[in-house]
Amino acid sequence: MGNGRRTWLNVSVLSLAFVVIIFFNGLLDGWNKQAKTDTIAWETGYGRLSHPLYDPYDPYSFSGAHGIPGLPEEVLTGGQTVSVLVTQASAYPNGRQVNVLLKGIDPAQSLLELPSRWLDSLPEGIRGTTIPAVIGQRMARSAGLKTGDRMVIRWRDVNGTFDAREVTVAGIFKTNVPTVDAGQLWIPLEMLRLITGMYGETTYFVIGEELAGSSLWTGDRTGYGGWRYTPLDTLMQDIETVVEAKQGGMMVISFLLLCIALLAIFDTQVLSIFRRQKEIGTYIALGMTRLKVIMLFTVEGTIHALLAILLGTLWGIPLLSWLHRTGIPMPDMSDQAGLAIGEKIIPAYSMAMILSTVLLVVITSLIVSYIPARKIAGMEPTRALKGKLL
Amino acid sequence: MTDNAIVTLRELYKRFPAGKGTFTALKDINLTFGKGEFSGIVGPSGSGKTTLLNIIGSLDTPTEGTATVLGKKINVLSQKEAAALRNNGIGFIFQTYNLLPVYTVYENVEFALLLQKISAPERKKRVMESLQWVGLADRAASRPASLSGGECQRVAIARAIVKRPALVLADEPSANLDSANSHHIVRTMKELNRELGTTFLFSTHDEKVMQYLDRIIYLKDGAVEKDELC
Repeated sequence: MGNGRRTWLNVSVLSLAFVVIIFFNGLLDGWNKQAKTDTIAWETGYGRLSHPLYDPYDPYSFSGAHGIPGLPEEVLTGGQTVSVLVTQASAYPNGRQVNVLLKGIDPAQSLLELPSRWLDSLPEGIRGTTIPAVIGQRMARSAGLKTGDRMVIRWRDVNGTFDAREVTVAGIFKTNVPTVDAGQLWIPLEMLRLITGMYGETTYFVIGEELAGSSLWTGDRTGYGGWRYTPLDTLMQDIETVVEAKQGGMMVISFLLLCIALLAIFDTQVLSIFRRQKEIGTYIALGMTRLKVIMLFTVEGTIHALLAILLGTLWGIPLLSWLHRTGIPMPDMSDQAGLAIGEKIIPAYSMAMILSTVLLVVITSLIVSYIPARKIAGMEPTRALKGKLL
Repeated sequence: MTDNAIVTLRELYKRFPAGKGTFTALKDINLTFGKGEFSGIVGPSGSGKTTLLNIIGSLDTPTEGTATVLGKKINVLSQKEAAALRNNGIGFIFQTYNLLPVYTVYENVEFALLLQKISAPERKKRVMESLQWVGLADRAASRPASLSGGECQRVAIARAIVKRPALVLADEPSANLDSANSHHIVRTMKELNRELGTTFLFSTHDEKVMQYLDRIIYLKDGAVEKDELC
């Protein structure tokens, strides 16, 4: 194969690696951004003030995790908080028993995208005889429920006494956030307070953006009975952790692809030095220092990277832009991942990410070009002139 | 050592490892070459001609003895100093021309000046002047592949003299050329020797070259057999 063809083959493989690395990183960044946006919109808001005993990962903590924090009235009525009361219950859809979380929420809230207004949408005839509930698609699918279906739920009130009532599914919402959906029934807050005897009580407050930066959550919080404020960064930690784990896997793929491309450049460099021994000897005879010859060959190798970036730009920009416009469809099962994944992930390409990928490709190419070029430093010019260096 | 000596070799030995022992390529060489000489080192293959030129050209170092070229002791030069000596003071002409195939004739000749960081207008003037000396100004844009052997060697001569070195080392410059071209290139070098005062030192066993030389040093088995003025 001629030098020209070999060069362009190397450049093509490297440009593929370059674009794929950007795509993978963009996909993860897009997922991260999308997961955070959806989780903020549907579940966490911009902060959470929770009962000191509340642990979202420990259902046994829910029975004691309710109270009245004594927040200022203007905070409670300012539209920047949503009170949520949580208790465990059993539901009996279609003759089966399902463990669920009963979550009470104000039907009039607008801070979260959760369609709590549907809780007021039951027809006049049945309103008052049944408890309205909204559920997510995952819950509906697993329990075999559809809008208008009725089922019995059983719970224990504040005194530990069992009680049961019938609920009617007022609506089924679709969300990318499984943690507000799977195994959960959303009912009116005041109804949950009434049936559990937890009058005026709350398990946690979702805090809106405007209130998240308030001084209410810093300093002495004894006035809130030790309630714990969790800032947005901490609430997003799970998503960050999962995305970081995925990034590890994708980095391995990117690394392997980059290695293949760099191996080709390395091979070409070795071949080039082998073939051009006389030329190297001539450079030295003409007065070029060995360091300059090494630099010349290193730069020649690095030009592969620059050409690859240029080529990658030519075919990568249209492709990545198209993927950014259309998004990457996710498989049906992705909604059971336990983390917010949309039907489509829109890759997000930041300038910092693109520049860091460019730097990665250039620097690694520089290194693999330098390693064989370093051999020049140890050669005897007289042997190089005769073509007997290697 | 005479006042105008530019190459002085004293008790020079060069040995190469060969199997378990060593092979002595040069033995007790004592020679001086003055400014403006047009001299040749003559001898059969393996007599040490190229090794001697390589040492004078600071591409190699002696095992024993001293080699002083343009006031620099080759034995003690660092790689960088040796490169500077070749860059500023010595021009090379090789048997196989050693032109850079991807460059044009002009660029091949210019290359030597690029290493000296000479300004572009000055480079252009000197490159064209050198090409005119060797009669190839009209082939400046050609690539070596399109030139004949004689033309290639003339480009190599232009490349060697473009930086106006004090010393030009020509290793078997006519070995790959026919009779007419051999005469032509040696005559060219002789003219440059006269006009520029450049010292030319050949290694050759070509009778056609020898007839133009002012001084011939005969090497046999690495030792000077005869040193005569013509």
